[in-house]
Amino acid sequence: MSTYTNEQVAHLVEGSLDWETTFRMLSMPKDNSRFEQYLKALQAKVSFKDKIVLPLGPHLYIVQSAKTKRWVTQCDCGHVFGDYRENWKLHAAIYVRDTEEAMTEVYPKLMAPDTQWQVYREYYCPSCGTMHDVEAPTPWYPVIHDFEPDIEAFYKDWVGLPVPERAD
Amino acid sequence: MNMMTNKELGFADLLKNGQTLKQFRDGIIERTKATGYYNGQEKLEFRDSDPIGYEKLFSKLRGGLVHARETAKKIAASPIVEQEGELCFTLYNAVGDCVLTSTGIIIHVGTMGAAIKYMIENNWEANPGINPGDMFTNNDCSIGNVHPCDIATIVPIFWEGRLIGWVGGVTHVIDTGAVTPGSMSTGQVQRFGDGYMITCRKTGVNDTPLRDWLHESQRSVRTPKYWILDEKTRIAGCHMIRELVEEVIRADGIEAYEKFAYEVIEEGRRGLMNRIKAMTLPGKYRKVSFVDVPYKHEDVQVSSAFAKLDSIMHSPCEMTIKPDGKWRLDFEGASRWGWHTFNAHQVAFTSGIWVMMCQTLVPTQRINDGAYYATEFRLPKGTWCNPDDRRTGHAYAWHFLVSGWAALWRGLSQSYFSRGYLEEVNAGNANTSNWLQGGGINQDGEIHAVNSFEASSCGTGACAVKDGLNHAAAIWNPEGDMGDIEIWEMAEPLLYLGRNVKANSGGYGKYRGGCGFETLRMVWNAQDWTMFFMGNGFMNSDWGMMGGYPSATGYRFEAHKTGLEQRIAIGDSLPLGGDLDPTRPDYERHIDATAVVKRDKQCMTTEDCYDNHDLYLNYLRGGPGFGDPIDREPKAIENDLNQKFLLPEYAQKVYGAVFTQDAKGVFAVDVAKTAARRAEMRKERLARALPTREWMKEERERIINKHAAVQVQHMFATSFALSEKFTKEFKAFWSLPADWQLLETELNVPTYGSKHRMDLSLLPDVTTVVQVEE
Ligand SMILES: [Zn+2]
Repeated sequence: MSTYTNEQVAHLVEGSLDWETTFRMLSMPKDNSRFEQYLKALQAKVSFKDKIVLPLGPHLYIVQSAKTKRWVTQCDCGHVFGDYRENWKLHAAIYVRDTEEAMTEVYPKLMAPDTQWQVYREYYCPSCGTMHDVEAPTPWYPVIHDFEPDIEAFYKDWVGLPVPERAD
Repeated sequence: MNMMTNKELGFADLLKNGQTLKQFRDGIIERTKATGYYNGQEKLEFRDSDPIGYEKLFSKLRGGLVHARETAKKIAASPIVEQEGELCFTLYNAVGDCVLTSTGIIIHVGTMGAAIKYMIENNWEANPGINPGDMFTNNDCSIGNVHPCDIATIVPIFWEGRLIGWVGGVTHVIDTGAVTPGSMSTGQVQRFGDGYMITCRKTGVNDTPLRDWLHESQRSVRTPKYWILDEKTRIAGCHMIRELVEEVIRADGIEAYEKFAYEVIEEGRRGLMNRIKAMTLPGKYRKVSFVDVPYKHEDVQVSSAFAKLDSIMHSPCEMTIKPDGKWRLDFEGASRWGWHTFNAHQVAFTSGIWVMMCQTLVPTQRINDGAYYATEFRLPKGTWCNPDDRRTGHAYAWHFLVSGWAALWRGLSQSYFSRGYLEEVNAGNANTSNWLQGGGINQDGEIHAVNSFEASSCGTGACAVKDGLNHAAAIWNPEGDMGDIEIWEMAEPLLYLGRNVKANSGGYGKYRGGCGFETLRMVWNAQDWTMFFMGNGFMNSDWGMMGGYPSATGYRFEAHKTGLEQRIAIGDSLPLGGDLDPTRPDYERHIDATAVVKRDKQCMTTEDCYDNHDLYLNYLRGGPGFGDPIDREPKAIENDLNQKFLLPEYAQKVYGAVFTQDAKGVFAVDVAKTAARRAEMRKERLARALPTREWMKEERERIINKHAAVQVQHMFATSFALSEKFTKEFKAFWSLPADWQLLETELNVPTYGSKHRMDLSLLPDVTTVVQVEE
């Protein structure tokens, strides 16, 4: 098994890791310590004090609130989307591209879906305007609750780390 | 005497243990179920007692399989096989569970296994008999094949008069004698138009194809020359592998070989669970995908009025990764099968996912049926991925298989991302189309059919640390290749007027999806020629990820009465290169003003007439993007602009890039101005957005009022009719009144198949093989 330095993992997060190392990461068995190093690299990047429990996206995390010890979904900018078990999208700002005009803002003519069939739903952070997700469903489709991680099992049984404290 | 012996009466004792193949298979299934280990093998005796011998055996067999594929493919003349590598060889144990497979279209790990299991369950050993030197041919989609053009040759392997296994070889043939030409044609709406269908038929004895088979099969398809060479390819590969097995047994002994043939499957099962634990994260993942089936349009000419409607295929997926490393894939809520050729058998689905998984979760040589045993599949009966009617068409099952699996890929990528294995993240895949197909009399004066496999080089999805690859791959063939122009021009009476990267086809994002490409073809030296389009147009089948956009959708361009013959003669300007910006079409400026041009989103058509000098644009799709586009590096945008991967208008609108262009046309992006513009864009986003819950109130009103296009309502109605759970969840999410319902009968579209259906299992004397929860 290969292992990598904290610096290399930090470069991976930044997208600045050299190809040779990236290729080694791809082709060699996985390094189980990556998760810890990943958390460290991300924690060093963010401006908030809350402890990152699980990264969800490039700017979105499940964190342990420093004040309350509750686990919440939180943006880079510190905006809180609510309890980590809830669908954060329900607490986001949404813009739906459901007309041809709105679609041709982003794709050339004929190269976007027909909005009678499919729409694009863009979910933004209400504070900083980061686009955290783009859904591409039919009209009427429920907002999808993408991911419900089993964080306890992951920490305890899979990566052998203590589960961060959680107040409910 | 003139009486049958015991053997002819039905008990062949192929295993020399007093059991029928079915009894033997039932025992394996029971032991697997009882212990959780394949065939009850809690201990892997051979591997643990002689690990080096075990690995040597593995290497010999796997090497031999790959070698057989490489050698056999040279026999084929079809560019689909010879250039694209659309073939695969697989070794099975006596019950049809896959031991090892070659490279190539390894979706067939399970499909040929399903055919072997069908023969076992339906007592083929009694009739027509299974003997050394036999060959069986199968392409029947109702017992597990993906689509009829994948023809499988299956050869039993005997050792000292005892059946010890099987070898199967599959090639994707150019034509199956369907209603219209091409291997995956669109005109038919049922199995009965899907082409020549062969159900595990004995087609050879004593290593020789039977004459009735040779005569019948060649005249049942449009391209007999390619057909027969494909068959020779499959037979040669199977026989090479059979010899290899004999050689291995001579060297290592039958006991070692047979132990290996069962232990390696249990090892594969454990291998997948270990990979899941090493790379992913336990939990529930929910994803969904769709694809358009636009059959109402006048350019879709089908024989049956009940198929003339626009519909949407729906594939919701709940992937549960359990703490023990097993996983469950549940497609509850999927829409019903339809009167088109995009239905899929359950095995096409369950076997097919390994062709995808070997590109992400299990990138090893050890792909076999062990992975199947580590996976729980739930494909509700009656859905597009497990039809409950024996009439369904399957010619282009891929139209939605690739999209249905996209959900899995995105779920896995979420887990890789959360765990920090960013290098493994892939936002999804291209909808691998367009499929340029057609036929007629070719440049050599022969009846011919074509299926351009340029679709094997679409754009790939973006990664979390880099862009997707341009025009590089297809999810269904990890070794895809776009093929050389010169070879395609020999195989097809279609000259290339351009082959270019398709601008804006990759989904936008911090890392963008790989761009697809487009080739402009001019019909040349053909007679009575036809072509059609097949791909997505009104919808996208893959989404972007974590703020990235989906890739561009497809569209079609075709032109008739172009006047190109004259323009070439007088040296006038010609349409050349790419259709760079479809908002401002340019091809039309280089053909006669009176030309008949079709430029629209109708990417599904049936066989239409083409004269020489007519044009056809083959646009191969891009891959989806990853991350918020306004996080993209200005340098990367500059590069995309300068390489014509991105049109300037969208560099501004989507990426917020501020740039200049010098006298030579070179773009330079201004970093500071771009940052300032992006800050404004964040405000503009919030200005046009609503809180999600506010928007939901509006959307709820539209649902209550049944305000949506018919195809959208039709999709929901078919899913509701099959799944109470999906209906309940839908109504709960939107807080709909208890009496709210939506029925197909309200929609004023044909509803054939909605109530009255008959499954293959209801035919007399047929035992179907069920390998999923239904
Ligand atoms: Zn924010």
